[in-house]
Amino acid sequence: MIPELGHFALIVALAVAIIQSILPLIGAAKNDVALINMARPAAATQFLFIGLAYAALTHAFIVHDFSVLYVSRHSNLIQPLLYRVSGVWGSHEGSLLLWSLTLSVWTLAVAMFSRKLPDILMARVLSVMGMISVGFLSFMLFTSNPFERLFPVPLDGNELNPLLQDPGLAFHPPMLYMGYVGFSVAFAFAVAALLGGKLDATWARWSRPWTTIAWSFLTFGIALGSWWAYNELGWGGWWFWDPVENASFMPWLVGTALIHSLASTEKRGVFKSWTVLLAILAFSLSLLGTFIVRSGVLVSVHAFATDPDRGVFILIFLCVVVGGSLALYAWRESTVSTTGSFGWFSRETALLLNNVVFLTAAVAVFVGTLYPLVVDALGIGKISVGRPYFDTMFSLLGIPLLLLLGFGPNIRWKGDQFSRIKNPLQLMLLVSVVIGVMLPFMIDGVFKFMTGLGLAAALFVALSTVYSLVVRLRTSSNIPRAYVGMLLAHFGISVFVAGVTMTTTYGLEKDLRMEPGSTYSMSGYDFHFNGVTRVKGENYTAEEASIDIFSDGEKIGELNPQKRAYSGKNSSMTEASIDKGFFRDLYAAMGEPLGGGAWSLRLYYKPLIRWIWLGCIFMSIGGVLAVSDKRYRQTIISKVTRPSVTQNASA
Amino acid sequence: MTASRDSKKSLRRFLPLAIFVVLVGLLAYGLTLDPRRVPSPLIGKPVPVFELPLLDKPGTLSSSDLRGEISLVNAWASWCVACRSEHEIVTELSRSGLIKVYGLNYKDEAGNAKQWLKRLGNPYFVNAVDRDGRVGIEWGVYGTPESFLIDHNGIIRHKVIGPITPSIVSEELVPLIKQIKSEMS
Amino acid sequence: MKILAALCLWGVIWCNAIAAPVTIYKFDSKENEAIFYKLSDELRCLVCQNQNIAESNSELAQDLKQQIYTMLRDGKSEDEIIEFMVERYGDYVLFDPPFKPLTWLLWLGPLMLFFLALVVGMKAIGGHRSEKTNDAQYSSDDAERLDRLKSELNQSSDKDKV
Repeated sequence: MIPELGHFALIVALAVAIIQSILPLIGAAKNDVALINMARPAAATQFLFIGLAYAALTHAFIVHDFSVLYVSRHSNLIQPLLYRVSGVWGSHEGSLLLWSLTLSVWTLAVAMFSRKLPDILMARVLSVMGMISVGFLSFMLFTSNPFERLFPVPLDGNELNPLLQDPGLAFHPPMLYMGYVGFSVAFAFAVAALLGGKLDATWARWSRPWTTIAWSFLTFGIALGSWWAYNELGWGGWWFWDPVENASFMPWLVGTALIHSLASTEKRGVFKSWTVLLAILAFSLSLLGTFIVRSGVLVSVHAFATDPDRGVFILIFLCVVVGGSLALYAWRESTVSTTGSFGWFSRETALLLNNVVFLTAAVAVFVGTLYPLVVDALGIGKISVGRPYFDTMFSLLGIPLLLLLGFGPNIRWKGDQFSRIKNPLQLMLLVSVVIGVMLPFMIDGVFKFMTGLGLAAALFVALSTVYSLVVRLRTSSNIPRAYVGMLLAHFGISVFVAGVTMTTTYGLEKDLRMEPGSTYSMSGYDFHFNGVTRVKGENYTAEEASIDIFSDGEKIGELNPQKRAYSGKNSSMTEASIDKGFFRDLYAAMGEPLGGGAWSLRLYYKPLIRWIWLGCIFMSIGGVLAVSDKRYRQTIISKVTRPSVTQNASA
Repeated sequence: MTASRDSKKSLRRFLPLAIFVVLVGLLAYGLTLDPRRVPSPLIGKPVPVFELPLLDKPGTLSSSDLRGEISLVNAWASWCVACRSEHEIVTELSRSGLIKVYGLNYKDEAGNAKQWLKRLGNPYFVNAVDRDGRVGIEWGVYGTPESFLIDHNGIIRHKVIGPITPSIVSEELVPLIKQIKSEMS
Repeated sequence: MKILAALCLWGVIWCNAIAAPVTIYKFDSKENEAIFYKLSDELRCLVCQNQNIAESNSELAQDLKQQIYTMLRDGKSEDEIIEFMVERYGDYVLFDPPFKPLTWLLWLGPLMLFFLALVVGMKAIGGHRSEKTNDAQYSSDDAERLDRLKSELNQSSDKDKV
């Protein structure tokens, strides 16, 4: 009964979404207040019904309703509660429902926090978001119904893929979707502004907080995915340049360019055309990501059960949304013009270069991901593009990026002189290069170019960020939150780069045969293998190894990697054990029994690996801080858009 | 001056849309492809050098045996479910006398393989045993079943990835066999 | 396509890193060990969903690693091993795409785009140096308000501009 109600709720939501897409848009064109005022209630109603549908599916999971096909495929009687709740988004149909729910949350948020927006703009924005919702709800109802029934009802279901039974993975998709889907707001603002023919600094001011918050979520979501992969997959890796990962990284890259471009447009009225295009592009890449993940066009470990028929649907949806918005852009681009001027040495220039770097990075990921498909489609060969390519591209692009990051925030808007900041920046650059070069030498006596470069770049950005803060403190004791947010985010990049550089260069990996009672020494630590015992978990049994870690003769930790056997058919899983540290991780995974109590084990030493995610967290918090700054969201210009009020006030 | 600025403007306006249209075309076509299908670089090259023991009698099969007539080398295993689906066609091909069908028993247990053949019938002229898959690697085998069409000179002319179906026989194999036969005369 | 789906990819079920066979190899030299790990990282497991043979648990991946080990022990170089793999499986087996006419656009494209974008960007900056306002789109009322706002904004000090 409840699943049917859930299904029905989705149908109602679709109807409401259709209304939300069409009527307010007509109202905006005709200046019909009644139609315009339908937008907000429609958004709220949609949220309500999609929420109900989502609750229905969650309920089915929690009570083990195996008559729902989706539940029977991804849950069984002994599945822990957390993974029944998170199993809802564990596969295609349910994750689509999460997508729709997330979209309705953002739409509702826009509806609620847009009082200061002119109604016509608000109506258009909500309309566009309604159209996107129509697409996803239709996709679900016509091709991927999460509430499909299964008869006869099985007594037990298939458990959720054990790989997904992990807390990190429980939170990764919701955060990721909040980011992905959140870019739809900037997209909707861009389209609405193009429709209205007025693209100005105020549009940028409104878009900015929404975009930044979505970006923060996306940063956090991607970091969670990386952290989960490291913890769960047992190979010590944290990024694989897999097509699905790239599908989330491309919107992030464009999104980063977008938030910087929006800043320029808001403050100086420049780059309007580019900002609009970036706003369209960011969300388009989110949709492209959805296509890649679900259509089977590219081979990926992460891909959902792929189906070309579903791919066709998403492709058509892409054509309508992206094609439509780009066509609108082409048509209305002449109404967008730049009103600012700036000199060669200015922050605008730095931000323009920043856009160039991030866009190139996005193109590199795009080309690398799709090139095999192009080559295959043209029938001229079959190639693979993997980590070596992407690592090379990003190592190259990192250099201009980090230089910009060091210089840019210290350059004034509109026009500045290099001589003003030359001395401190040159000094910082010099110090960074010297330390960067010396550090590898000090660590193991070997000169390493790329490592030195990475460390120097990270240090330069860190120093420059601190310098910016010091300069600012000298001129005023009041530092706006937005400024702190920016500094923190930039500092986060520095931390991130340092972590990547160190762990890539100095990380160690050893495959060993160990007998109970033996010890292996690596990187100043002694790993003492005690043997393997059997343990039992909530829905699995496991062989667990016991390894003691000693440093300078003192025991400093324990590692207990497991080899788990779940109840399902093909589920035997490695669960790595990690001794976490701020400066290094020690990591162990089990191999196979080699007879006589001996086992093959894999040990890792990972210096500074936590800095990778710490950097991402800094970036994310930086974004949130910036948005929480009230000045960020003020609209001085709101007076202009309420002509009746201004008429009297300005006299 | 204005003309070039105008053309630059129209470039900026329409370029994103144009790129998108091309992308959609690519993705649409991509939906019809199988990204996991790996075409063989060995087409047109001689059979890799090998010598393997036979499954059911003493003696060996070597690369030099695959000369003088058109043959089909079929990589199969008793644990392979899809091999069962093509078994009838392989048997027919063998019976037709068009080509000689050799079996390459890939990473299998001899006992299981023999039982499988006993149960379903043995269409193979002889069966070579590739216990550890080394010879399979030489042939670029990555899954079963896979079949290689070899001409009278020992050159690999075609590779079928996956089970052989009637349409593959009529559309891919027979025309090629006819072509090779005309080359032979 | 359905035919290909029926292809029995040996060990495809086991591809996901859910059970990790760790084979212990003994290498003649540190260089060989380094080459082994490098190639394991850069060669593709053909039966898996986008994994290298280092991370895959499929039998084919183990066979290929064994092949690399044997070739290293026989004194073959890294390039020779790569050539061996490519001869049998094609370029598809390499995660590091070779630099040849087929992949020129791949390797050089983004960098060319970078420089092109720089040039375009520089031209744009040059264009911005002259005060170029396109106020024609605003009505005179709006233009007046715009001017008032501009001065309002300019008065709030530069340091407010983050």
